[in-house]
Amino acid sequence: MSFENMRFSKEHEWVQFEEGSNLVTTGITDYASGELGDIVYIEFPEVGQELKSMEPMGTIEAVKTVADIYAPLSGVVREVNTVLNDDPGIVNQSPYGEGWFVKIEMSDRSELDGLMEKHEYDRMVGKG
Amino acid sequence: MARTIFEKSRAGRRGYRFSGEPAPAPSGIPDSYLRKQAAGLPEVSEPEVMRHYVALSTLNHHVDKDLYPLGSCTMKYNPKLNEDVAAIKGFAGLHPEQRDDDTQGALEVIHLLEEKLCAITGMDRFTLSAAAGAHGELLGMLLAKKYFVDRKQNRRKVLVPDSAHGTNPASAHLVGFQNQALPSGENGEVDLDVLNRNLDDETAVFMLTVPNTLGIFESRIGEIIELVHAKGALCYLDGANLNALLGWARPGDMGFDIIHVNLHKTFSTPHGGGGPGSGPVGVKEALAPLLPEPRVRRENGRYVLAADGAESVGAIHSFYGNFGIYLRALSYIIRHGGDGLRRISAAANLNANYVAHALDGLYPIPHGKRCMHEFVASGEPFKKYGVRTLDIAKRLMDFGFHAPTVYFPLIVPEALMIEPTETESKETLDRFIDAMRQIAKEAAENPELLQTAPHNTPVRRLDEVTANRKPILTAPLEDSTG
Amino acid sequence: MPYLYHTDEDRKQMLGELGIDSEERLFDQIPEEFLITEPLPVGEGLSEFDTLRQFETLAQKNTPAGDMVSFLGGGVYDHIVPSIIKHLSGRSEFYTAYTPYQAEVSQGTLQVVFEYQSLIARLTGLPVANASMYDGATAFAEAATMATRITRRRVLLCAENISPRYRKVLKTYTNGQDVVLESVPMTSRGDVDADALRSRLSQEVAAVLIQTPNYFGVLECPWEYREAIKETGALLVASVDPMSLSLLRTPGEYNADIAVGEGQGLGNDLNFGGPLLGFMACRMEYLRSLPGRLVSETKDVDGRRAYVLTLQTREQHIRREKATSNICTNQGLMALRATIYLSLLGKTGFRELGKICHEKACRLSQMITGCDGFRLRFSGPFFREFVVRCPVDAETIIAKARDKGILAGIPLTKYFGADYRNDLLVAVTEKRTDADFEKLREVLETV
Repeated sequence: MSFENMRFSKEHEWVQFEEGSNLVTTGITDYASGELGDIVYIEFPEVGQELKSMEPMGTIEAVKTVADIYAPLSGVVREVNTVLNDDPGIVNQSPYGEGWFVKIEMSDRSELDGLMEKHEYDRMVGKG
Repeated sequence: MARTIFEKSRAGRRGYRFSGEPAPAPSGIPDSYLRKQAAGLPEVSEPEVMRHYVALSTLNHHVDKDLYPLGSCTMKYNPKLNEDVAAIKGFAGLHPEQRDDDTQGALEVIHLLEEKLCAITGMDRFTLSAAAGAHGELLGMLLAKKYFVDRKQNRRKVLVPDSAHGTNPASAHLVGFQNQALPSGENGEVDLDVLNRNLDDETAVFMLTVPNTLGIFESRIGEIIELVHAKGALCYLDGANLNALLGWARPGDMGFDIIHVNLHKTFSTPHGGGGPGSGPVGVKEALAPLLPEPRVRRENGRYVLAADGAESVGAIHSFYGNFGIYLRALSYIIRHGGDGLRRISAAANLNANYVAHALDGLYPIPHGKRCMHEFVASGEPFKKYGVRTLDIAKRLMDFGFHAPTVYFPLIVPEALMIEPTETESKETLDRFIDAMRQIAKEAAENPELLQTAPHNTPVRRLDEVTANRKPILTAPLEDSTG
Repeated sequence: MPYLYHTDEDRKQMLGELGIDSEERLFDQIPEEFLITEPLPVGEGLSEFDTLRQFETLAQKNTPAGDMVSFLGGGVYDHIVPSIIKHLSGRSEFYTAYTPYQAEVSQGTLQVVFEYQSLIARLTGLPVANASMYDGATAFAEAATMATRITRRRVLLCAENISPRYRKVLKTYTNGQDVVLESVPMTSRGDVDADALRSRLSQEVAAVLIQTPNYFGVLECPWEYREAIKETGALLVASVDPMSLSLLRTPGEYNADIAVGEGQGLGNDLNFGGPLLGFMACRMEYLRSLPGRLVSETKDVDGRRAYVLTLQTREQHIRREKATSNICTNQGLMALRATIYLSLLGKTGFRELGKICHEKACRLSQMITGCDGFRLRFSGPFFREFVVRCPVDAETIIAKARDKGILAGIPLTKYFGADYRNDLLVAVTEKRTDADFEKLREVLETV
């Protein structure tokens, strides 16, 4: 898969964006879902909720761990992936696809520049 | 697998009959108040109930069966005498609303236990009402909070070492304190520089476990407490590990202001499959007016249950806490006496050091060679075979032992926290050591044996993922309509 | 030494392995200034026999309710404890085990908790119950703070007829939090004043807290309160007497959000008020806000049905300061006893028990109100406990009755002040007989 239109945060979230649109899709990285193990529950922000970059917007739980999910960008929550309520394991199977978390309408497109590209992220987690 | 009691239900079976059956329909209650259907309780006979729960009981590991080296839980032998004491009708049959004249013996028990806990810990006053260790912590935090509020000091911060039990930050948070975790030093002890940097005039409490969760006594405890006091803050001792110190050192002498002890750990009261416990809280004189009920006083040769004073933090239990547990703990203390208590800690520390010494090398003990009543080893060397600490723990069950506490404290990778307690013989410890050695060998030679362990237990590894994703928390109702 | 094994030879050998020559060396880590050398001043150790004798002597200074004719209640009730319960709960396998962290060797405890959760769910009519809490008061306080977390609101409306001890614990628990407690008055029937409740409702109200039967024994109409708060988003938290659920509409039936209560009467002794058994159940949507342990059914790798602790991420050992509570345990042994008790009595026995208690309470209240000058303080219906307005100070009655070996009830002035000086809270269980009633009548008639 191509990571060209994706950016990564140091808290292991990814953002997928399109030119000419402020609506981005976010999720957690393959590395993060692997470290957590089998994901059993996700607590989402509410649709319409305002987010500030790098503040917690939800939590993700495995059997014996719980981690905060940080908003990779500032903006407003437009959609959450409610499918994950019934089957959170999708995050483990398809972290960059069907396992997406929320769609955010960015309020400041320039924040994308503060995030990492895939190769930079890989280097951060020691895989690059 | 065992059927549930609901699945054993057959319509019309009875386990117990009262005289006066069948009673008339409730005449004094309007229909609109009545439930539409009888509660779906099972219908089973008394012998069936007996067999059902006896069968279930045999699936448990327990202290009366074999070693239970669960670190930080002090799973020692529970003397049977204690059970006989607690069952005496003159205690078990007392109602909490009886008048003091009828409860002099019980009030004396409370008074005696408070007095003896003071003597053992060097604190000035004890209150018994906390129903568990965590409940004691909550009370301790409430006391600290009120202490500063009464003095018009706005102190909101609680410092907790990163090796602490999770209850410490949770308890502090419950009363509105903000937590700050302090990284431990290289040697596993409190780093005085780190402490000093984080102490300020907003700091309310420093919560400490001594010996700490690594089984290490804070060698600079005197300086630590002086530092904290110099900033006007209080020192709290989580007494989970008091079993290491009985008769050798007292938290009160070290300068602690508030402590809780666990009667179900140090003082041998049974763990009951999870409770009831008891977490008495001891304080220095300055905090004594803040204590909650029960406040037992001796006046004119008799004991009285006094109401809370104006300064008290209030009540934390329906009545006076877990009285039945006080009896067991007091019996234990009286039976042992001062010399006996000292022997307990000596034996507990000897046993832990004996096992640590035998396992060190095979299972590295990152924080020093000498411990107190428990130690934390690491399963790190076996990761190269694909074997994790969890696998070692599970394999131990095949040898008939309970597993140690695993993955705690968080500061030791692949942690195995082992507390043998004093009530184990050298032979038992040797058997345990042999099992641990055997497991280390297996890890290298046949890692799969560990990865798929346990093999000889009533059930094998469980699907915890599904239990978390789609928990089934009750038996289906139709199970008792059969 | 009792319960210790080591012979001198063992000790020598073990110390030798460690390369030290004395036990004192095991305490080298302790700074010398804090080392004590004298035995603790707690007396000399006693033999098993002498220890037991000392406690028997202490016990003789008590006159337990169990040896008298007791009408004491107020949250702790003198019900029959069937013989089987002490035999089963006294098994080492249950009482010398700990929290079932290692499920493979704890299936006994785990299945018992699963059955207990199921039983509490069935009693309360709610879909989920936790593995138990310390007691009714702390369960009540935890339910109230749980409601503030769920609603993110800060006002708790607390009926004034709830146990004063529960309200006191609630006050303590909410002390450090941004929570406002407001009291809701009651009617002359003794139940919550629904109009007053309505007038106190606002968008700030997190929950309405009630107890039924309430502290005065009077039954509430929670379905009316439910109706009243319907539009406000506040939760309904009901503290219920589990014994009364043998007959009464369940919290599930009137759509309570959280139900709690004291389960001592379900097979546990009086124990001078502890250990007790707090229970807690709620609607499924609040599961993740529920404090305390939970056990789930699952399967092992061979496909066998088994049980395991679940949803532990809510708890303190994982979530630390963000946990739903700091509770780490349950009242395992008390919950075991309640499980055995409810299974033994079963569907029919439990209902019969409720009917017997109620019928006896009705008979006793009629007998008492037949005595000159005695009447019921409240007119609302009751289950097995009620308030008697005496023609004289209740303490006078209590003292006279005590002389005849009767515990007549709880003097309410103790908790509610001078207005209640003549009021006596009287509870009846299946243990009380016509002869007991007659004895009490004789006392009342001398007043």
